[in-house]
Amino acid sequence: MGRNSVSNQMTTYTNYKYNPMKKYLFVHNILFWSMFPLGVFPYIVGGVLIGAGVGHIYITTGLHATQSSFFSTTLSYFSKRPYFQQKQYLDSRGWRLTFALGVIFGALIYTITLSPEGFFTTSVQWWRLALGGFLVGFGTRLSKGCTSGHGISGLGSLSTTSLYAVITFLAVGILTAMIVQALGVIP
Amino acid sequence: MRIKHLFVFTGGLLFGFGLAYGGMSKQEIVLSFLQLKDLGLLLLLGASAFVTALVINLVPKVLKGPFLGGKFKKRRRTLNKRTIIGAVIFGVGWGLSGQCPGSAIASLGVGNIPVLIGIASMFLGAYIMGRIFA
Repeated sequence: MGRNSVSNQMTTYTNYKYNPMKKYLFVHNILFWSMFPLGVFPYIVGGVLIGAGVGHIYITTGLHATQSSFFSTTLSYFSKRPYFQQKQYLDSRGWRLTFALGVIFGALIYTITLSPEGFFTTSVQWWRLALGGFLVGFGTRLSKGCTSGHGISGLGSLSTTSLYAVITFLAVGILTAMIVQALGVIP
Repeated sequence: MRIKHLFVFTGGLLFGFGLAYGGMSKQEIVLSFLQLKDLGLLLLLGASAFVTALVINLVPKVLKGPFLGGKFKKRRRTLNKRTIIGAVIFGVGWGLSGQCPGSAIASLGVGNIPVLIGIASMFLGAYIMGRIFA
């Protein structure tokens, strides 16, 4: 066994020829992995699980499980304004609340079972959370969709409207994050 | 009716577990994506949209309707100015804070208490939007 592997190595060594393609692939590989410093595995598995959750709800109930509508439908419990009292909000507010609870518990289960570092607290400043949150709430409701509504369910439904929305908020999000970073605000 | 909530809840569990597994419940990871330091969240978006696309487009051809009855409906949105202006405003908030609705809600399960400020602000933003444009 040992002899064989040594002679195999020798053959590979003597047969080695300089291959410019190998150098190209090596550089290419480094470029690829530098875009994914934490690897690709958690992102792909996370994405498949999210899609499985949305798909599971669609197959069993026919509902499109999206996130940002949750804010408007939950406000219907508190505001008597006609906008919040519209039928589709009253009809969906119950299951949207259930869905949000499921999302919280799902993240909790991950944190106490598989998460390597356990519970997490962000170091993003409170004023960014407040101002950013306000714009997120306002913008997603005006646009009728967010990263999950336009991004997952919208793109999943092959909707061009959602495609335009996703391209827009991705481009603006990247631009804003770059500007904020350039102004020296960390993280 | 109760059964429906059970299925929605278990779907939510998968959704929240996946969000946390993919790191999106951490604003720092979202910001590193938007600063183009780690493009992993693009894979998360692609994988989740791909799985959803398979289910939404193929399952209605095999099954007559959802398990709990009713019919499969398409999610309809019409493109107008609000779609794009809203997406721009959302993009600014997302890039500033690293929060989006789903990831902020999942953040609570990760113990990320400061994000309660963000969620309260999202409610306020949604309320003001409803007041102005109702």
